[in-house]
Amino acid sequence: MSDPKQTSWLGDILGSVSAMAGGFSTTFKHLFRKPITEEYPEYKRPLPERSRARIILTRDPDGDERCVACYLCSAACPVSCISMQSTEREDGRRYAAWFRINFGRCIYCGLCEEACPTSAIQLTPDFENCRRDILTMVFEKEDLLVDHGGKDKTYNFYRYAGVVSGKGGKGEHVKEKKAVDVKTNLP
Amino acid sequence: MIAWLVGFIVLIVKIAVVLGTLLFIAAYLVWVERKLLGRLQVRLGPNRAGKFGLLQPIADSLKMLTKEDIVPEAVDRTIFLLAPAVVALTALLMFAVVPFGEDITLGGRPIPLVISDINVALLFIFAMSSLGVYGVALGGWASNSKYSLLGGIRGAAQMISYELSIGLSLVPVVMLAGSFSLVDIVAAQARYPYVLVQPVSFIIFFISAMAESKRIPFDLPEAENELGAGFHTEYSGMRFGLFFIGEYVHIQVLGALLAVFFLGGWHGPYLPGPVWLLIKMMAVALVMIWIRGTLPRLRYDQLMAFGWKILVPAALINIVITGAFVLI
Repeated sequence: MSDPKQTSWLGDILGSVSAMAGGFSTTFKHLFRKPITEEYPEYKRPLPERSRARIILTRDPDGDERCVACYLCSAACPVSCISMQSTEREDGRRYAAWFRINFGRCIYCGLCEEACPTSAIQLTPDFENCRRDILTMVFEKEDLLVDHGGKDKTYNFYRYAGVVSGKGGKGEHVKEKKAVDVKTNLP
Repeated sequence: MIAWLVGFIVLIVKIAVVLGTLLFIAAYLVWVERKLLGRLQVRLGPNRAGKFGLLQPIADSLKMLTKEDIVPEAVDRTIFLLAPAVVALTALLMFAVVPFGEDITLGGRPIPLVISDINVALLFIFAMSSLGVYGVALGGWASNSKYSLLGGIRGAAQMISYELSIGLSLVPVVMLAGSFSLVDIVAAQARYPYVLVQPVSFIIFFISAMAESKRIPFDLPEAENELGAGFHTEYSGMRFGLFFIGEYVHIQVLGALLAVFFLGGWHGPYLPGPVWLLIKMMAVALVMIWIRGTLPRLRYDQLMAFGWKILVPAALINIVITGAFVLI
């Protein structure tokens, strides 16, 4: 026992007893603290805006559907729970004839939202979306479509698109150069 | 004939009351434990079933009773079915020799408030707690699964090791009281409880009895996070419930024994005997819950080293010192 770090057995016992006393006093003090539990159905914690739960289809500031039925979300979806059929309006604007998300299969990864070029498909913090019957988890377009812009209130895809539609002709979009008259380029 | 019949009826009533009380308290001890443990960990504990979650034990037992009683295919069927009953039964039987009050007189005949005052009650208790090991070891073995077997082996090793220190820690008490009968031991503590003269025995008995009832920090046989649920991994429904009941009855028996051997049994001022015994039992149970909320589980080698290298020698030294004092 020449090792100076080696304490006597009495010191060992005293040390461990005081360590235990520390632990017991800590738990005893905790007995009188207010529980930090949030009781869920009575108190619903406000969730961050970017929480990923139920998916919506938003509209642009003019009230038109943002979705242009490009199938990018459907392609990005790892569980293939998004399906749609694209079609075109008379003014040249594309939209989904039908749009279906199977929430029974959705894993709420948010890849569809990242893939969306028009900010149409968005995830909301509303996670209380449980059903007894799994077939009622299949949401059609009218269930998904909302009357607001979601997280991106001002963005309007067709103002930047450069496509002739109800939002303007060639050269009339934001940051678009005047249309070139091809005849003037002729040699 | 009449006297015999009356005696028999009185005995049946006593057994019914004791069993009813034990099982009722066992159910509510679970509630107390979950609630108190919750508060120790700064959470609320069960509060949905009834006011303050008071109906939780009823909900739990309903759930257990209505669950499917699964017996896996590979098990040793007879032993598998019997093991939970052994655990619950031995725990309940131990209470048979615990005196819970002064003799009361009813219709001119004295009725002792103990189910059975046998003169080797202490040995009976050891016998029962040794039999309880079979429930754990055989339940783990008969399950025919690795986790259960490991839990059963740990249980057997732990409970046999700590039985030794329980036995040795009680020798000084027997020396002081001069009897194996729990009634005599309680009667001998009418003036002062033995914890005042035998603090070392008290601590050794408390620690080893806690190991015997497989509670944290000695819950190696069931160790959720290493063995699944240890010896009762394969059990479901009310058979699992029987293990559970056994554990919580064991806590009460431990409280009662601690009270009987060291805290003066049912002796106490003002209140009647059974109430005092109940208060002491509950105090011990609360301390055990507090310990559960504070200490982590021991490692297997620590457990063995603690039992064989610290508790047993300490108990032996204590016996020698007590013997010297008794002689003088």
